[in-house]
Amino acid sequence: MRIVVDNKLCTGCETCLSSCPYDAIVLKDDKAFINEYCQLCRACLEVCPEGAIKEIETGVGVEDTTDRDSFRGVWVFAEQRDGRIADVSFELLGAGRRLADAREAGLSAVLFGADNSEAERLIHWGADRVYHSEAPVFEHFNDEPYVELLSRLISEHRPEILLTGATPTGRSFFPRVAARVGTGLTADCTSLEIDSETGNLLQVRPAFGGNIMATILCPYRRPQMATVRPRVMKKGQYDKTGTGEILKIKADDIQSKTRVTETIKEVSETMVNLQEADVIVAGGRGLGKIEGFQMLQELAGLLGGAIGASRAAVDEEWIPYSHQVGQTGKTVCPKIYIACGISGAVQHLVGMQSSDIIIAINKNPDAPIFNVANYAIVGDVYEVLPVIIQKLKEVKGI
Amino acid sequence: MKIIVCIKQVPDTAEVRINPETNTLIRDGVPSIINPFDLHAIEAGLHLKSELGGTVTVLTMGPPQAEDALREAISMGADEAVLLTDRAFAGSDTLATAYTMSSAVRTIGFDIILCGKQAIDGDTAQVGPEMAEFLNIPHVAYVGKFEEINAGMLRVQRLMDEGYDVVETSVPVLLTVVKELNQPRLPSLKGKMKAKKSVIKKLTHPDIGTEEKNLGLAGSPTQVKNIFAPEAKKDRKVLTGTPGEQAAQLIEELKSLKCI
Repeated sequence: MRIVVDNKLCTGCETCLSSCPYDAIVLKDDKAFINEYCQLCRACLEVCPEGAIKEIETGVGVEDTTDRDSFRGVWVFAEQRDGRIADVSFELLGAGRRLADAREAGLSAVLFGADNSEAERLIHWGADRVYHSEAPVFEHFNDEPYVELLSRLISEHRPEILLTGATPTGRSFFPRVAARVGTGLTADCTSLEIDSETGNLLQVRPAFGGNIMATILCPYRRPQMATVRPRVMKKGQYDKTGTGEILKIKADDIQSKTRVTETIKEVSETMVNLQEADVIVAGGRGLGKIEGFQMLQELAGLLGGAIGASRAAVDEEWIPYSHQVGQTGKTVCPKIYIACGISGAVQHLVGMQSSDIIIAINKNPDAPIFNVANYAIVGDVYEVLPVIIQKLKEVKGI
Repeated sequence: MKIIVCIKQVPDTAEVRINPETNTLIRDGVPSIINPFDLHAIEAGLHLKSELGGTVTVLTMGPPQAEDALREAISMGADEAVLLTDRAFAGSDTLATAYTMSSAVRTIGFDIILCGKQAIDGDTAQVGPEMAEFLNIPHVAYVGKFEEINAGMLRVQRLMDEGYDVVETSVPVLLTVVKELNQPRLPSLKGKMKAKKSVIKKLTHPDIGTEEKNLGLAGSPTQVKNIFAPEAKKDRKVLTGTPGEQAAQLIEELKSLKCI
């Protein structure tokens, strides 16, 4: 898509000029003109009193430089650390199977490092085939060897879609692979679907600091590459009797200019609590003060839950960053998520919307958090929560 | 030691709001700032210069008004600033941006390149690693601490989800940095005076030897198909009444779901 000014309608009133966060609208021959710095944020669309600013569909993009149809199959790059495959890899096999079925193609996994029993787990979680290298260079994560071998495999086997977790590892080396093979990469996807008309991968991700969602396409180059946040996709079926082939890949000639000398484990208690908790009670800007979190703590204590927070609450320094849920914090998936005084910017929603049950308490009936809530309570947190706490105590006989 | 810090001028997304009816951003006086992670990259550049000597050059790709961000970097202590600006760069995705930036970096000359871990408007974290690939140099992402600094070798801590790795890398290298690395200094008065007088060098497409087919929209494999706000859940229950009634309904619902 592009955003353009209809010169016939534009009166040159300049109203739109200040609406652009990127200063991409200028006056040219007494008409508004959107220049090359437009980032498609659409802030200008509604401010034009004449309705002269419009969104148009475009087919512009890179020329078809690759033989698209020769690329087949869905690949999941499985991340391992200390020889154990990360859970997000199994989630991606679940998503990958769906995409592979839609494309009537196979599902493969790629594993660098770890032993054969881990490669077998990828088969049990749904992979038809595993490309596995046990070369010593993959004992620790270094970008260059990962990039080199994965790029070689892509050139040789030509997958159509290539996914990995949006973890520090995936987000570090996948961009290099994309640059090496000359294709597009979409970061931090929260949804992946196949466009039934074109067969292209529709990649949905948060945009503009997580204020809104965007669908991204990579229509002319292959493979289509994406990183996906952990805990967003559901795992597929585990089948211990599942069968597939494991291809061993040699990488003896691959070297690295970086070297990992130590790996240190350092997991804060809040991090573990947040990601393992069945119940999360989270607070946002609407709490208005640091003391609000004491009340949340009491509720969380009664429910055996952990404390989460929106970026706004963390920015206010009411609570440490380790509690932050959202695009720039943790992604969580508890049974119950209770959002207190959180308006629900997309930045926050992408970190918690796959929770089983979402309860939202907010004064503003139009708050976007209510769009994802199973139970919506329009009201003052400071009036509602104390009653909930009281009633819970009664139920529990405290 | 030639140190280049790549920065981006961004709208302060923490201040951006959405109009729920039209799904458009409301700018409403949202200020343009240096991407917060890039401030830590600038600080890291100044620190490396104090240890190893050399110069710190800040580089950005953007519209003419991105000069403000470059001048702010100079006021913090950067030696010189370069603005990469050309109509041909229009519509660049991360791949085209990284191609263009890396071409500029090669033109300027470099030993160590520093970037913030990601920009707060796009949050992709892709341009840094992609630049390293175009330059055929190693990179280390999410650098949270310098352990040892030498002209030929850096030992750094790379933050991971559950702890950190100690990574040694040869130089030249590209590093992307996180907030834990340092506390960015504030501009000094002397720095501000210097920033005012500084001449910002401008580079365009012909200056950096880029190929047109790899630039801007033509060089961008990814496209934005559409932009939307998330849809409402269909099975939502609105609990009404006094706070007491709302609380009572919620407790009943949770009981029926066997949550309590």
